[in-house]
Amino acid sequence: MSHAVTAPTLYGLMAEFETPTELVHAAKAAYAEGYREMDAYSPFPIEEASEAIGFHKSAVPLVVLTGGILGGLSGFGLQYWINVIAYPLNIGGKPYDSWPAFIVPTFEMTILFAGLVGMFGMFALNGLPQPYHPVFNVDRFSAVTRDKFFLCVEATDPKFDLVGTQQFMERLKPLSISEVPH
Amino acid sequence: MAGLEEKNLALLDEPPVLGPGQTFDSVTDTITDIVLKRPIGMGWLLGLAIGMGLLAILGMAVTYLFLRGVGIWGIDIPVAWGFAIINFVWWIGIGHAGTLISAILLLFKQTWRNSINRFAEAMTLFAVACAGMFPLLHMGRPWLGYWMFPYPNSMGVWPQFRSPLVWDVFAVSTYATISAVFWFVGLVPDFATMREAATNRWSRMVYGALSLGWRGSARHWTRYEALYILLAGISTPLVLSVHTVVSFDFAVAIMPGWHTTIFPPYFVAGAIYSGFAMVLVLAIPIRKYYGLEGMITMRHLQNSAKIMLATGLIVGYGYFFETFIALYSGSTYERFMIHNRWFGPYAAFYWSLILFNILTPQVLWVPKVRSNTAWLFVISLVVLVGMWLERFVIIVTSLHRDYLPSSWGHYVPTRWDWATYTGTIGLFTAAIFLFIRIMPAISIFEIRMLLPQAEVKE
Repeated sequence: MSHAVTAPTLYGLMAEFETPTELVHAAKAAYAEGYREMDAYSPFPIEEASEAIGFHKSAVPLVVLTGGILGGLSGFGLQYWINVIAYPLNIGGKPYDSWPAFIVPTFEMTILFAGLVGMFGMFALNGLPQPYHPVFNVDRFSAVTRDKFFLCVEATDPKFDLVGTQQFMERLKPLSISEVPH
Repeated sequence: MAGLEEKNLALLDEPPVLGPGQTFDSVTDTITDIVLKRPIGMGWLLGLAIGMGLLAILGMAVTYLFLRGVGIWGIDIPVAWGFAIINFVWWIGIGHAGTLISAILLLFKQTWRNSINRFAEAMTLFAVACAGMFPLLHMGRPWLGYWMFPYPNSMGVWPQFRSPLVWDVFAVSTYATISAVFWFVGLVPDFATMREAATNRWSRMVYGALSLGWRGSARHWTRYEALYILLAGISTPLVLSVHTVVSFDFAVAIMPGWHTTIFPPYFVAGAIYSGFAMVLVLAIPIRKYYGLEGMITMRHLQNSAKIMLATGLIVGYGYFFETFIALYSGSTYERFMIHNRWFGPYAAFYWSLILFNILTPQVLWVPKVRSNTAWLFVISLVVLVGMWLERFVIIVTSLHRDYLPSSWGHYVPTRWDWATYTGTIGLFTAAIFLFIRIMPAISIFEIRMLLPQAEVKE
């Protein structure tokens, strides 16, 4: 750990934990301490961890809903335009706007758009793909995809102070504390 | 809660979802080592060679088909649908179990699915790829396949949206796309695990790119989980719609034996039935060969067998009601259709279908059979053949003798029909073997969630 690194080039301080319970407790303690600019990292989703860092609601459901509505409208609109306006065909004397027959492709388009918009939307909200991120500068961090749990308090937090935050983290009894360089 | 669940399981005498003594580390290693560390074995090479060999046959069959046209197949008027549509319905049905496992069982919080959803989803994708080839090849001029999609063209023509065949294009292409989305989204965190576990620069870069830079942030996981459950929510009606629309291809026609309202549920049940049979056919050798008995336990095999038993009974109900309605309707043509199925030139197919699909699987009622992998494997193969026969019977016996005896005919598949069919089995086999060695065949992050260590204690 090099203390020669000055604060502006620092991304944050990262504490490593052995269990999900310790991570959640640490995140709660950090939130209670007044830290807001932080993130918890884990090898699998832990609902309590994102609650603890104060992240409650994601926009993903709204994105999926929007995609679905768009898909449904464009699916029905496409069929209506084709079979009623652009290329009307008399099929067994059925009306041009035989809407019950259009339901199946409308439904499929709803699902298709909801799924695709949802996937791209989720990745976009997460800022992925992101080839570089400072947290990967910490060697021990590679265990986040395996069996270790990390809490990173970012240097942009107004309450962040290299010495003070480090002392706070030591009280959480982590396996290790690392400075995260940019 | 967990304690209570264990007690209930013990009372039911059910094996656990995960073997004892697993840790975050051990599950990660067990799954990633298959791809990253394990040397290439003779068994795998042999399997891949068989798959590739059959795939080569597919290449020949398709090349000859493109040169000569669909006349090389046994199809003719009146049986114009033949193997191509039989195999299309068979393959797409097999795919359905993958979506059922990944989506419907997720919504019902059946956590045991976490061990088998990944390769079941892969199975879905490969089965849909095999299925999708058949309508294309069957078109006569496959290079004009894009005419099925609505796009502005210089001919000024557009698709006709009142036809179930156009619905099918939308249903199957949406199904393939959404299955791929679901699969990829599920793989991203595991690609990150592979990236960190990779032993050489090349694989680290490939998995790194595929992982999109996933870093396990809590904010990311929250959005990820929200999307994952929503994808499950939209895939559930989707998978039911796909085979429903496939059954409309038949039910909307006025052919005796096709024009029935029972087709949608009966097709969906049959699809899941054959899909779970394929899951067992794949899971049983894979868990044995790669030593995954701790993750794909007897619980998974038994549950799959129970689902097969249940869906098999629904299929049996479908067969019963086809017959009953034919008699009850008083329609000469419907009655003749059943008579022709039972005693006509394809009667042997019908009775083997009853034997394979209805009678044989009844042994799954016996708990000893359900906990014997050899039995399960054989029964699953029998069901796969049975479900193929079902589609043969539905398509061929209905078409070959319809209303007018003067237009009756006979259908015999040619060697090119068989070559195309076995060729797609090769495509499927080769894809599965490559998948096992290239991607984590079991969802690593979802297995971690099943471990008792993953629980957050207050």
